Amino acid sequence: MTSREEILAKVKTNQPGPRPLPADLSTVPGGMDSLTQFKTVLTTIGGAVVEVTNFEEIAQYIQQEFKDKKRLISTLPELTSVTESGWENKDPHSYEDVDLAIIKAHFGVAENAALWITEDLMHQRAVPFICQQLAVVVNKADIVATMHDAYSKIGDAEYGFGSFIAGPSKTADIEQSLVLGAHGPKSMTVFLLG
Amino acid sequence: MSTGAKDHAQLSDIFNKDEARVDWHDETLWFVRAKRDKAAHSLPEWETLRETASQIKDNVLSNLHEYLLQFEANAEKNGIKVHWAANGEEHNKIVHSILKENGVNRIVKSKSMLTEECHLNDYLHKNDIEVIDTDLGERIVQLAEEPPSHIVLPCIHKKKEEIGELFHKHLGTLEGASDPVYLTAAARDHLREKFITRKAAITGVNFAVAETGEFVVCTNEGNADMGAHLADVHIACMGIEKLLPLRKHLSVFLRILTRSATGQPITTYSSHFKKPRPGQTMHIVLVDNGRTTQLGRKDFRNSLKCIRCAACMNTCPVYRRSGGHSYHTAIAGPIGSILAPNLDMKNYADLPFASTLCGSCSNVCPVKINIHEQLYKWRQVIVKEGYADPKKALAMKAMDFTLSNPTIYKFAGKAGRFVLKHAPFTVNNKLNLWYKHREMPEPPKQSFGEWYKQNNKND
Repeated sequence: MTSREEILAKVKTNQPGPRPLPADLSTVPGGMDSLTQFKTVLTTIGGAVVEVTNFEEIAQYIQQEFKDKKRLISTLPELTSVTESGWENKDPHSYEDVDLAIIKAHFGVAENAALWITEDLMHQRAVPFICQQLAVVVNKADIVATMHDAYSKIGDAEYGFGSFIAGPSKTADIEQSLVLGAHGPKSMTVFLLG
Repeated sequence: MSTGAKDHAQLSDIFNKDEARVDWHDETLWFVRAKRDKAAHSLPEWETLRETASQIKDNVLSNLHEYLLQFEANAEKNGIKVHWAANGEEHNKIVHSILKENGVNRIVKSKSMLTEECHLNDYLHKNDIEVIDTDLGERIVQLAEEPPSHIVLPCIHKKKEEIGELFHKHLGTLEGASDPVYLTAAARDHLREKFITRKAAITGVNFAVAETGEFVVCTNEGNADMGAHLADVHIACMGIEKLLPLRKHLSVFLRILTRSATGQPITTYSSHFKKPRPGQTMHIVLVDNGRTTQLGRKDFRNSLKCIRCAACMNTCPVYRRSGGHSYHTAIAGPIGSILAPNLDMKNYADLPFASTLCGSCSNVCPVKINIHEQLYKWRQVIVKEGYADPKKALAMKAMDFTLSNPTIYKFAGKAGRFVLKHAPFTVNNKLNLWYKHREMPEPPKQSFGEWYKQNNKND
């Protein structure tokens, strides 16, 4: 008998009688306004909120705030004027010196300021993790209240890889002192568009 | 972890020698527990979430056979290679063979308590494969040649000055430097080089979804993602109990996991791996290592619902004051004490006794495992099976004899009161374990029985 057969046989013998799945949960109404909550939580976890009405404002902000940065890349065609061209389709290791990556999120979640980003929006999976600083654009209208709403939105969408990203990379492993920028981005700017 | 023949009490004695450090350890973990409370209380639906999570896990355990088959089929359809390991040794061999096939002898690994349980690092080291733990806390204990002392906060027992010394020795930071920002920046540089150069990455798995064949890995540092997305080979190791039936169930678990662990609303990264990226190979190793046996133990199978948040450790008055290493097992604290005896009842017979049975662990558990009741039940099993500490077993027998015989009981009470009054030195000494850290009580003049008899007569 292979280990697979052995494990499955033992599970079958030892698993208890049927237990039903509970009812699905949904967002409890009456909480804070989602956009306000998103902004509050993101700031608390070390992210920065920038409210904009169009992509020109984002381009302007980037030129102003990141003018001393050498390598800026983006997956957004609207930002080609302020970012590197032809960076795509390279070995992911080569993005190690990217100072700022600007990508788009499908939506954000108010209760934890997490942004849902799938592989197609990253261009390459390594991008939002390997860059020194990360900026994400999300429509104000696409902020949902809780993770229950988030998974309703995801539904049975097809992706190879997707991640909820909430704030900059961080650690508190040394005496519980919070330090931003463990392995991934040292900062996270969220452009709330609309 | 090998600790010779020392049990929890003896190992706690070592930790308790430095009283100031015990206080610091206690306060630090209580601080984390308080953050958990704040996060939990901020959600009016918290108890509904706990109940729902608990019921989903009950369903998983009752239908595990089907879910495993479904997960395997879907993961393979997604292009992931699925392996099955009956025990830790087979798990280690599978990982080693994948690395050998790919000609890899240096790897990065993000946090996985399962690989700690299986002693993977030791095994690979013996086979000339270098493993770099990339979670900062795990890297620190790895440099110190120690096991993690906590499943979420691996080096919670270490002071920043000690970490500074370690980094000075191994990473060349300035002598005497202990600023966490400075030390973290040094670790970032040190580990970036590893991420960039290693061809294979191992990660753990927080949740795996039967419906879709995907698995989710949660980190704050981003180390699992840095490892996996830069490596040609990604190996994810998971216990068979990590499954969830449907993708939407992740919403419940991602809401409770980090709130229970550190009080954060969610980890920075909750990454869903469904398919390997083009050119990459992805493996999942499904590990039993005693889990199917635990599944068959009616009183203890609930322990398999654990999502490894460590809330039970942070709240435990014994864990906070004895330190993770005193549990001499990969998973310390209350949950570790009900998991370990399943693997080796003799070696871990001491652990279910390392508790006051106060029940705080069960109260904070996000999936409602009845931890303290299981601790109590394990004690009974261990005594029945003859694995109890012989001193304890003898004392229990003496108590049984005394308490079931009224004449002896009355005499023993009298003798005790006499000794406490007239010869206190016979009990106020090191041979009496109760005297340690305590003053013996003032002896009462008479027992309740004597008092009752006297007062009843007067009526």
